[in-house]
Amino acid sequence: MNFVLLIFLPIVAALFIPLLFKKVKDIHTGWFVLLVPVSLFIYYIGFLKTTMDGGHAISELQWIPSLGISFVSYIDGLSLLFTLLITGIGALVVLYSIFYLDKRKEKLNHFYVYLLIFMSAMLGVVQSDNVISLYLFWELTSISSFLLIGYWNTRNASRFGALKSMMITVFGGLMMLGGFVLLGIMGDTFSIRELITNAPTFVSHEFFTLALVLVLLGAFTKSAQFPFHIWLPDAMEAPTPVSAYLHSATMVKAGLYLVARFTPIFAVSEVWIWLVAGIGLLTLFWGSFFAVKQTDLKAILAFSTVSQLGLIMSLLGVGALAYHSDDPIFKFATFAAIFHLINHATFKGSLFMIAGIVDHETGTRDIRKLGGLMSIMPVSFTVAFIGSMSMAGLPPFNGFLSKEMFLQSMLAIRHFELFNFATWGIIFPVIAWIASVFTFVYSFYFVFKTFAGQQKSEPLPVKPHEAPVGMLVSPVILATLVVAIFFIPNLIGKWLVKPAVMAVQPDLYSHPSEVAVHVAAWHGIAAPELWMTVSLVGVGFILFLTLARWQKMYDIQPQYLSLNALYDSAMLVGEGGMNKLSRFYMTGLIRTYLIYMFAFIASITAATLFIKEAFVVDMDSFSPVNMYGVLTAIVLVVSVCMVLIAKTRLSAIIALGAVGYSVALFFVIFKAPDLALTQLVIETISVALFLLAFKHLPSLNNHGQTKRNKLGNLIIAAGVGITVTLVALSAHSQKLIPSISQYYKDTVATEGGGGNIVNVILVDYRGFDTLFEIAVLSIAGIAVIAMIRLKLSRKEESTDENK
Amino acid sequence: MEFIMAIVIGILFMAAVYLILSRSILKIIVGTGLLSHGAHLLILTMGGLGGTSPPVLANGVTDYADPLPQALILTAIVISFGVTAFILVLAYRSYAENKTDNMDLMRGNDEHD
Repeated sequence: MNFVLLIFLPIVAALFIPLLFKKVKDIHTGWFVLLVPVSLFIYYIGFLKTTMDGGHAISELQWIPSLGISFVSYIDGLSLLFTLLITGIGALVVLYSIFYLDKRKEKLNHFYVYLLIFMSAMLGVVQSDNVISLYLFWELTSISSFLLIGYWNTRNASRFGALKSMMITVFGGLMMLGGFVLLGIMGDTFSIRELITNAPTFVSHEFFTLALVLVLLGAFTKSAQFPFHIWLPDAMEAPTPVSAYLHSATMVKAGLYLVARFTPIFAVSEVWIWLVAGIGLLTLFWGSFFAVKQTDLKAILAFSTVSQLGLIMSLLGVGALAYHSDDPIFKFATFAAIFHLINHATFKGSLFMIAGIVDHETGTRDIRKLGGLMSIMPVSFTVAFIGSMSMAGLPPFNGFLSKEMFLQSMLAIRHFELFNFATWGIIFPVIAWIASVFTFVYSFYFVFKTFAGQQKSEPLPVKPHEAPVGMLVSPVILATLVVAIFFIPNLIGKWLVKPAVMAVQPDLYSHPSEVAVHVAAWHGIAAPELWMTVSLVGVGFILFLTLARWQKMYDIQPQYLSLNALYDSAMLVGEGGMNKLSRFYMTGLIRTYLIYMFAFIASITAATLFIKEAFVVDMDSFSPVNMYGVLTAIVLVVSVCMVLIAKTRLSAIIALGAVGYSVALFFVIFKAPDLALTQLVIETISVALFLLAFKHLPSLNNHGQTKRNKLGNLIIAAGVGITVTLVALSAHSQKLIPSISQYYKDTVATEGGGGNIVNVILVDYRGFDTLFEIAVLSIAGIAVIAMIRLKLSRKEESTDENK
Repeated sequence: MEFIMAIVIGILFMAAVYLILSRSILKIIVGTGLLSHGAHLLILTMGGLGGTSPPVLANGVTDYADPLPQALILTAIVISFGVTAFILVLAYRSYAENKTDNMDLMRGNDEHD
């Protein structure tokens, strides 16, 4: 079977959703949707066997073969892991949403269409082997995420959050496209597998570091890494199933996928390792530190997601060191990253669902109003407890295992010799430890401030009660997984993690079983990470108990210094600044625009003339001076001056007529009888026209033109005049080819059968010009009549407008 | 002779641009008139002013003035006449409708953006 088509299955299913929603009113549309991820999940499970043996499956659909662009479904350990996460958690989220969204009040036809588009896009991102189709699906996730965040589009906050996430992720996506194109240029292919094969030749290429940074920009914006994490907390305006699915388990991990997928290409670079590991660690710290500040349940989870994504990112960075060192610990880091990626998807998904349940059953997500729900909502509490303890990294939950592995990897980085890690490596475990303390604090803060303690005296918007069973199914399944993975980590390792690690570092292994990692919960009393865990639990617990005292410290940071304020002001300045800029030069006055044009033409032409050293005056090419010509020239210049200084319109028009007649005289002097005739007639008619219109035309008026204006006009005018003169002189002095006119002179009698060469040219050699010249004249005549006859009934309108 | 003509043409262009940049419609139209005169003379000059006899076949004459620029100018004169006539009427109409010939007043306002 051509399983690449399965990527499009959700989109095809989405086509039927509006129909089902309209026709089948009794059944919640979500039940139909549920079939899609469930059947996909079951189908993709079948690939486990292939990937566990280190194999891969591939299926291709040509799209634009001439450009080397195709849809490819390439399933190896890494993409299968993501595929199972997408379809598995997708199924749970759809199930949860059936109970979360009311079928009568909500526009389910919109919701599920967006969700299914997103599912297709995500499958496409993780399975694509072609970078261009990968980019297509990548942007499709951005767009569907935008639609889902703005699902309640009547709320301002939803629209703001949707726009913000769109701006940031699409910015990153475009940068990534640039990176892909550069990779395509370097490797002469768009296939990721072929790029990986060609990778060794890239390192010395001039585009290498640029492509690296651009691809990383895409990954960092999507995965909400510092400083691009600011969109994620605002995306919490989306319905909770969306937050659980997109903004914890799948979409935000697309960036991690990208980093993991491109590790074989870029890991040889020091820049890659420092950026991935460093930014990851910074994000880890930043997210965990600010999570404690939040008072909204979903905001806490959003910052926690940011921080955990940073953790995985930094592990991927450390894992890339395996390309430089034989120390097995660095291979171990990649394993830890993939392992934590699975763990995070399980516990964060369940926590988001619990936050949704609390919101749904109490009417608020504000942690300051909540408390003492433990006895009312025991099941939700249990799930929240399991999820939070796993997030905090306590046994017996899967978060403990990944936290241990994380600390172990961070400790190992000190021993790495290259790239200044010997000097700076020590800060990695220190920051990791501090961030883990804060992780511990916010995990406790999340679960105990919500469920433990006293109920607040102020009544909740809704009388709290336990959620319906259907809503609890998904979080309970995820929580069960959280516990189960703790007890069977090596099974998960064998099935999912090791094939994925092999896909991330294909050059280091030939079979998944060579990934020599055995996860153990107990490393012995001497293991340093054990003592780090013990100490962070102790410190974290003290910090949690004294939370009320030091939480105020967050208020020290002023609002205007936050990254959000920076984003907001950048947007405002961008919009306002551009507006001001265009208002500055687009004055609406025709004079301004004419000045731009004339000044530009004159300066560009004159500059080119002198820069190219084209200014030449060859006196020999000029014909001898003609006395009559000189006299006419004087007359003409005097008339032009008359036009310029004329005080009344009559004198201006007469002077203009004088200019026209002297031009006719020139035509006489320079042996152009037809021109002279035409010029005389036309000039006469023109002057007559001017005089006819005289009665209706306004008198000459300066309209308050200042001396400064006039001086400016004079400078521009002088510039244009001088440029024209210079160009005319140089053009005349350097004739490159002889004139074609000799042909006309020779053949006018034999070919044209006439004696007046000009007239024969006009009607015979170049009659086509004449035809359209006649057309111009006719159009002008019709237009003149139309302009005069046209009675616009605009009088009333115009008075309206001027009010 | 071409040297002098180049200067005359420069002066024509300069005067034309100066008038086109002013605020009164009538001056702008006069400016365009000067501009087309300048352009016509420029074409003529660039063709060379050397011919001793007009481009009409006559016995014993070999040194005709260049006929091609003359044909081009003839076309240009007619077209510029058509355009001038049209903008003259246009100016008349806009003056009748807007009651002003001040170019600075003839602009959209911010509501029309």
